[in-house]
Amino acid sequence: MPSREKLIFEYSRAGRGASDQWPPDPGPGASDDLPVKLRRAGRPQLPEVSELETVRHFTRLSQLNFSIDTHFYPLGSCTMKYNPKACNQYAMLPQFLARHPLAPESHGQGFLACMFELQEMLKELTGMQGVALSPMAGAHGEFAGVAMIRAYHRARGDLRRNEIIVPEAAHGTNPATATMCGCVVREVPVDAQGDVDLVALEAALGPNTAGIMLTNPSTLGVFERGIGEVARRVHDCGGLLYYDGANLNAILGKVRPGDMGFDCLHMNLHKTFSTPHGGGGPGAGAVGVGARLLPFLPIPIVGREGERYRWLAEAERPQSIGRLSAFMGNAGVLLRAYIYMRMLGRDGVRRVGEYATLNANYLMQRLRDAGFEVAYPGRRAGHEFIVTLKRQARELNVTAMDFAKRLLDHGFHAPTTYFPLLVPECLLIEPTETESKEVLDAFVAAMSQIQKEAEQEPERVRSAPHTMPVRRLDDVRAARQLDLTWKPTVQP
Amino acid sequence: MAFIPHTEADVAEMLAALGARDIEELFDEIPPELRAAGLGALPAALDEMQIGRLMSERAALDGTPLSFLGAGAYEHHIPAAVWAIATRGEFYSAYTPYQAEASQGTLQTIYEFQTMIARLTGMEVANASMYDGASACAEAALMAVRAHRKSRSARILVPTTVHPHYRRVALTMTSNQGLRFEELPYCTAEGITPCGALARYEGEDITALMIQQPNFFGQLEDVDALADWAHARGILVIAIVNPTSLGLLKPPGEWGAHGADIAVGEGQPLGVPLCSGGPYLGFMTTRTAYVRQMPGRIVGRTLDVAGREGFTLTLQAREQHIRRAKATSNICTNQGLLMTAATVYLSLMGAEGLARTAAAAHARTRELVAALTRLPGVRPAFSGAFFHEAVLLVDRPVAAVLRALAARCILGGLDLAPYFPELGPALLVCATETKTAADIERYRAALAEALQAARAA
Amino acid sequence: MSNVPADLRYTRSHEWVRTLADGTLEIGITDHAQHALGDLVFVEVPEAGRSVRAGEACAVVESVKAASDVYAPLAGKITAGNPRLAGEPEAVNAEPYGGGWLMRLRPDPGALTAAQLLSAADYGKLLETEGG
Repeated sequence: MPSREKLIFEYSRAGRGASDQWPPDPGPGASDDLPVKLRRAGRPQLPEVSELETVRHFTRLSQLNFSIDTHFYPLGSCTMKYNPKACNQYAMLPQFLARHPLAPESHGQGFLACMFELQEMLKELTGMQGVALSPMAGAHGEFAGVAMIRAYHRARGDLRRNEIIVPEAAHGTNPATATMCGCVVREVPVDAQGDVDLVALEAALGPNTAGIMLTNPSTLGVFERGIGEVARRVHDCGGLLYYDGANLNAILGKVRPGDMGFDCLHMNLHKTFSTPHGGGGPGAGAVGVGARLLPFLPIPIVGREGERYRWLAEAERPQSIGRLSAFMGNAGVLLRAYIYMRMLGRDGVRRVGEYATLNANYLMQRLRDAGFEVAYPGRRAGHEFIVTLKRQARELNVTAMDFAKRLLDHGFHAPTTYFPLLVPECLLIEPTETESKEVLDAFVAAMSQIQKEAEQEPERVRSAPHTMPVRRLDDVRAARQLDLTWKPTVQP
Repeated sequence: MAFIPHTEADVAEMLAALGARDIEELFDEIPPELRAAGLGALPAALDEMQIGRLMSERAALDGTPLSFLGAGAYEHHIPAAVWAIATRGEFYSAYTPYQAEASQGTLQTIYEFQTMIARLTGMEVANASMYDGASACAEAALMAVRAHRKSRSARILVPTTVHPHYRRVALTMTSNQGLRFEELPYCTAEGITPCGALARYEGEDITALMIQQPNFFGQLEDVDALADWAHARGILVIAIVNPTSLGLLKPPGEWGAHGADIAVGEGQPLGVPLCSGGPYLGFMTTRTAYVRQMPGRIVGRTLDVAGREGFTLTLQAREQHIRRAKATSNICTNQGLLMTAATVYLSLMGAEGLARTAAAAHARTRELVAALTRLPGVRPAFSGAFFHEAVLLVDRPVAAVLRALAARCILGGLDLAPYFPELGPALLVCATETKTAADIERYRAALAEALQAARAA
Repeated sequence: MSNVPADLRYTRSHEWVRTLADGTLEIGITDHAQHALGDLVFVEVPEAGRSVRAGEACAVVESVKAASDVYAPLAGKITAGNPRLAGEPEAVNAEPYGGGWLMRLRPDPGALTAAQLLSAADYGKLLETEGG
């Protein structure tokens, strides 16, 4: 990979600029009505660079990244599958890009039709009664879900239900979401096979239980076999079940959360429905609900009357938890998810779950054959699985982080490391359905080679990566000597 | 099909390695009674040519109207280079930069974004972006409650001149944590928040005051006086600003004697298409002293083991993946792709381009207001200064007028009746640098006819 | 092997307590705790004058990979937070029982007896059972 690229500010020269991009100078009279005391005294210190300098700078920066388009990216729980180019191209048709969020329905029948059909398809896929598309990320969808659960209990006058149960292996957003919704978090353990410990669950359930948040397959990569029993017990005690859709890819078209007994869920459209991750967003976290939570869905929602599509008015949704975004969430992401769904169709959807599961189980088996220890050897992998390197850490003093960093030198993005927290020295590996057998085999070969290196030349692994633009970075220095914005160095 | 590369031979080999008969066997841990039935309501697959045709037809239904809508989302020229870069696969299809060594491109872009946003707002530090302006505003309210150690009330003063959707989002996202928003009325003559509206809160425990500049009406608030009033009483100041306006207007870091404590806003005007409302990006800035109370991702510059400069996510102990139930927010995503677009946009525009854009947009709006208010029955709602957006009063019901304009492919602005019924028939209009004199004349002529028709009816 | 000074008393949540000459108590986190957290990058100490209950979270210690609350071992009024830690969190790593103290507190009447603090020997045993 190329090495370091200067900061854009370091290219700056007074008086330079991409002036072809600017509107003509309207002259000082154009804004002479703005009171002096409300005006800016000096110019903001933004770069003064040409168009070519800008294009080169950011193109070079892009080349310092790993991405799905360039590398295998087996990041567990993140579902880094190929983002089809058609989804981007057709979501960026000029009329879609130019459409103002407050444009009237007369100038939005195309967009609204796509949104309505997306709602309907997601309902069918998840076994839910209603879907709202506006949450802008998985965590935002979780927020909507727990807020709906609270609103449901409150509407019934059941005011004391403020406890949310999460398994200890849950993603950090689950407890953080519960707190944001004013709830208290109760963590329950999983048993040796990775299923929720029913005895501990029973002990946690009570008159204060608002609900439980689960992924299935869980963050341990295995299907929660007792889900029927979990659902029965939580419902019996008056709580509701929230499905965190982070791992939906594993069961797409095979099992529906609604059929498992969930009352509410979010879908990570940027995972399962292949919208781009964009270097950390935008996501999209559409929510679905069963009958009990239907009145509480966030607005906006698209409805249909005959052949016309329209926004459902807030007055028609008096119990809605309200608005979560200024307008319609990440509308352009929703268009990409819609296009992806239409391209998959009924049969394609099922094949996604099938081949994601095949790839995960194959890769798990091949790594076991190569001598790696998996966390739940007696279980099928969902769309992901955990390798634990605790033996390597103990015997060779080479950790999961060292393996992860050395994989970068082999041209593979590292799997998720040190999550879930309860498996020591773990790599959470999710190949997704879009990777070929050759790529999976190459990954196994790289892991085996790193293992050999860890035995023969461990320092080489411990000090990896060696071929990236930078070596391991000093996180402690970053946090102690905060340098969050660039300041020109003063020359003595 | 479905972007799955497997050949039949691959599948056979993979199943053999697993000792499984077929793929179905891999689902044998799922209780049979839970297995999904037919998914009959899903349509059959479309190939790329078919979906291209369908989407082109759908896009055509949305049309290409001449738009004078603003109200929080603004049509600006987007340089061609912005999305040529942002849609490069290395940015578009990368994940969150948790593996810093393999993500220096995204990390450095965030660091440059943080620097540009801090300079634009006159604030000390910025994060890597939030979902949108409205959710950034909600997070700012929550942050103020954490940052203000002495205030116990969690009461936030919010002028009704703050975007009504932002107020609604803030309510949705904070009400379960006991925040209370107290609405401040506006002055009907000038459409801004008078300092007199604050008098009744004298001596009370208030956590923060929100100020939007320009406000929802496009009017300019007396930000110095409002900020000073709040600071004199130990109240934190949350600024909500339009980034384009900061090419000309005083940045929140310089409001009053001390500057705002937290400044947020909608980054959409910085190179992001309107696209029915998203994806956009919220930005958030604050003082260094409050950085640990700020939600969202933050990138810092540091050194690697060889002493070379590099970039990494920092202050992660604030975030959900470490602090779990005690995190500053449940947010993990930032709007990385939009942040990239905004950083490219600001690089291309620079201070001069941004100032010109702001001035040109404002000039067009002044011309629009002048042209429309020459029509009988149309007058400005407020006196006083505004920026690139204004409220007009008309003497006929706005909804019908707007429908008539839409029939001529003109989106004439936003009907304020659902939000501010007390104004009577009122219309929020905006022109940006993208509008020409001919566009403004087309609107004027169409409005003249629409009003005439409405009077005749 | 962790350093457990014999003249201090301890809590199960890895705080130590030293009685000062004027009867106030000095409180910090143990060598074991600082080691488990790793290099500290930020420490937040309580303000003087604040009243705390026994077991109340009143300080935060933060490393790159973890953040942890520090609990008041007993009820009382804070007389000082360690001002040095604002700019020098690493003092807790370097001198957990000395310059890296977190706070001083004047115990409420009877609070010290009620607190059931551990002796150095008992805390040492606790660390052994925890595998530390």
